[in-house]
Amino acid sequence: MILFWVALLALTTLLYVLLDGFDLGVGILFGLTNDEGVRRKMLAAISPVWDGNETWLVFTGTILWGAFPRVYATLLSAFYLPIILMLGALILRGVAFEFRYKSLGSRWIWDLGFSGGSLIATFVQGTAVGALAKGLPMVDGHYVGGSFGWLSPFACLCGAGLCFGYALLGAGWLVLKCEGYLRDRAYALLRPLTVGVFVFLAVAFVYALALHLRIMDRWLERPCLLVFPAVGLAASIVLARGIMGRYDRLPFFTTAVIFLSAFGTLAVSFWPFMIPFAITIDQAASPPSSLWFMFWGEGLFVMPLVLTYTAGVYRVFGGKLVAGGYDEH
Amino acid sequence: MDLTALFLSRLQFAFTVSFHIIFPSFTIGLAAWLAVLEGLHLATARPVYRRLFDFWLKIFGVAFGLGVVSGIVMGFEFGTNWSRLSESTGPIQGPLLSYETFTAFALEAAFFGVLIFGRPRVSPALYFFSTLMVALGTTFSAFWIMVNNSWMQAPVGFELQNGVFVPTDWVAIVFSPVVWVRFPHMLIAAYLTGAFCVAATGAWYQLRNSCVAEARAMLRMGLFLAALLVPVQLFFGHLNGDYVHERQPAKFAAIEARWHDEQPAAEVLIAIPDAAAEANRFELKIPYLGSLIATMRLDSKEVGLDDFPKSDRPPVAIPFFTFRIMVGCGLLMMAIAWLGSWLQLKERMDRQRLLLWATFLSFPLPFVATLTGWFTAEVGRQPWTVYGLQRTADAVTPNLAVGAALTSLIFFGAIYLVIFSFGTLYIYRLLRAGPSMPEPAQPTNSKRPLALAGAIATEGGR
Repeated sequence: MILFWVALLALTTLLYVLLDGFDLGVGILFGLTNDEGVRRKMLAAISPVWDGNETWLVFTGTILWGAFPRVYATLLSAFYLPIILMLGALILRGVAFEFRYKSLGSRWIWDLGFSGGSLIATFVQGTAVGALAKGLPMVDGHYVGGSFGWLSPFACLCGAGLCFGYALLGAGWLVLKCEGYLRDRAYALLRPLTVGVFVFLAVAFVYALALHLRIMDRWLERPCLLVFPAVGLAASIVLARGIMGRYDRLPFFTTAVIFLSAFGTLAVSFWPFMIPFAITIDQAASPPSSLWFMFWGEGLFVMPLVLTYTAGVYRVFGGKLVAGGYDEH
Repeated sequence: MDLTALFLSRLQFAFTVSFHIIFPSFTIGLAAWLAVLEGLHLATARPVYRRLFDFWLKIFGVAFGLGVVSGIVMGFEFGTNWSRLSESTGPIQGPLLSYETFTAFALEAAFFGVLIFGRPRVSPALYFFSTLMVALGTTFSAFWIMVNNSWMQAPVGFELQNGVFVPTDWVAIVFSPVVWVRFPHMLIAAYLTGAFCVAATGAWYQLRNSCVAEARAMLRMGLFLAALLVPVQLFFGHLNGDYVHERQPAKFAAIEARWHDEQPAAEVLIAIPDAAAEANRFELKIPYLGSLIATMRLDSKEVGLDDFPKSDRPPVAIPFFTFRIMVGCGLLMMAIAWLGSWLQLKERMDRQRLLLWATFLSFPLPFVATLTGWFTAEVGRQPWTVYGLQRTADAVTPNLAVGAALTSLIFFGAIYLVIFSFGTLYIYRLLRAGPSMPEPAQPTNSKRPLALAGAIATEGGR
């Protein structure tokens, strides 16, 4: 039963990263243009799905609490300030979607909230992953780092890296959904973003080696890990091909595969720890009575229902944006 | 008072949860009201019900969106500020709240889109079904929240193992008798909130002589429903008192401001409790009534606060006053609802401008009653988070820095102030514009509540 909930948690986390990743990415790119027409189209490309995407964060949070309360308690309290910052950023970003169309004089405030909120939320998420990979200051399974124990140059590097990553996903999504000028712009952005992501990955790898991070030993202990960079590399070749040949579907889905391989790398490196080298999955898990209680209702029935519904929404809103369609203001 | 991380965390939780509860208590009632309107429209085909439905759906959308964003914060605050609580009670509270997320989100997400976009695409029966499902979703949400909070008030069905609450009997937890008096109390509070907001809107239009047919329907339905529900609510309130009397005697004594054992016990109507002197100032009390309320007998012995060590007593003034404000609001609502309904039956309400004004101005009453009721329950539970088992002081995140807690409190305060003042402004504009406003021709751009909230707000703002 523990494995079931680990798998489900991995699934909701991955779905959150991929789905909210692209709309946060579009939010980041939103700040790069001043053109009102382009901005409207960018919003239209994500507005039917963005808060459904964000729901996966809530699912992840509550599954974490119910199934792995020690990790929920430790992570959220260790990352106190960044989490609060992320929640505030997500709220501002969320209301900006529509509030910007209401206010005539203060639209710039909501626009700032939208792009700034997207950037901050992304940066916080990347920083958290970086801090976990680097290793939180933990003694006997308890966090001892104080308000800023998570903060390090490496963590910030990962925060910046994720901004490039989500922006790449976002640009891929725009190519997928848009035509004309915006599609051209997104293609133009894809190249530097791809380069940025790979520079980040290389720097992070070398930096991690130089820091003698314990997690890097996993590459020697578990050679099977090499599968993931191989998959990622293959995906990036296809991505480059897609950008050159302007195959609209390729950039988004290949970037998703790159994210998948990064996610796989981290998951296999962490295993069997949830908070590396401090709390294992088994130590964190709720008692069986809790896990089974969750399984019979939400695991068995509600989760498949939610997945089906999500797939349905993406079908309804699939394809290129149509001018004057459901998504135009 | 020294600013401690504990105090700041309590303040922050109280602030964010109080802000949050305003919106769900409104939308649970509105969702039911929408289902009733749609059902009536199907049954009678009268266009007034349809106009009312379309009108209230927009207000529902705005309030629903605000409830969602403020609710997300709650889901994370347990971990950030109350890490020791979330670790020890996680095996019980975590699954309960994850059920809340899954069941409520699954139903609301699936059918809310149908409410907004589905009218031309689905059959009337399916559309009606969708309104019922949205109402059911909001009700589920309230249910799981009440199960969770009731467990904190009267913990059952667990075994303590190494400081962790391990669930042993989920049936006992979910079907605890405390749940089944508190959940109806909250649900009826939400229905009353909806009823009074609807009636107040009707009274407002009638005073302005606009939207006459809608105003009449809103006044009638709101006041009649309230007239029926307030007494039921008082009854459930009494049952809540019984469970507090039985399981949380210190809270009961605090609500009654009873410092010493009494037999027979008097009922303190109003006073200023003085914790230092362990006595009441300016006390007005009725002999025997305290025993009568507590046990339905005239001679029962009722415990006072000095039966409990000082470290186990809740603060007295807050539960004492908030309880009386709640009851006062309830009695006022009953007076307005009964008088209004009676005049409605006599078809004389539209000439009673004083009562119309009273009804119009009554809309804050259910909100105040809900908030003060929660203050009574939650402050009265102190110094415990899990009653009798885990103290609030032992629930807070260890080593949470005062600076961090203060930063987050100010940060949330600022953001909520901005976001919610805009939201309230949009709801006000929608209400002022009224149901006869022309329908927007183009559909809004989202299937989901948050985007919709904004979209609706635009229309109202024009």
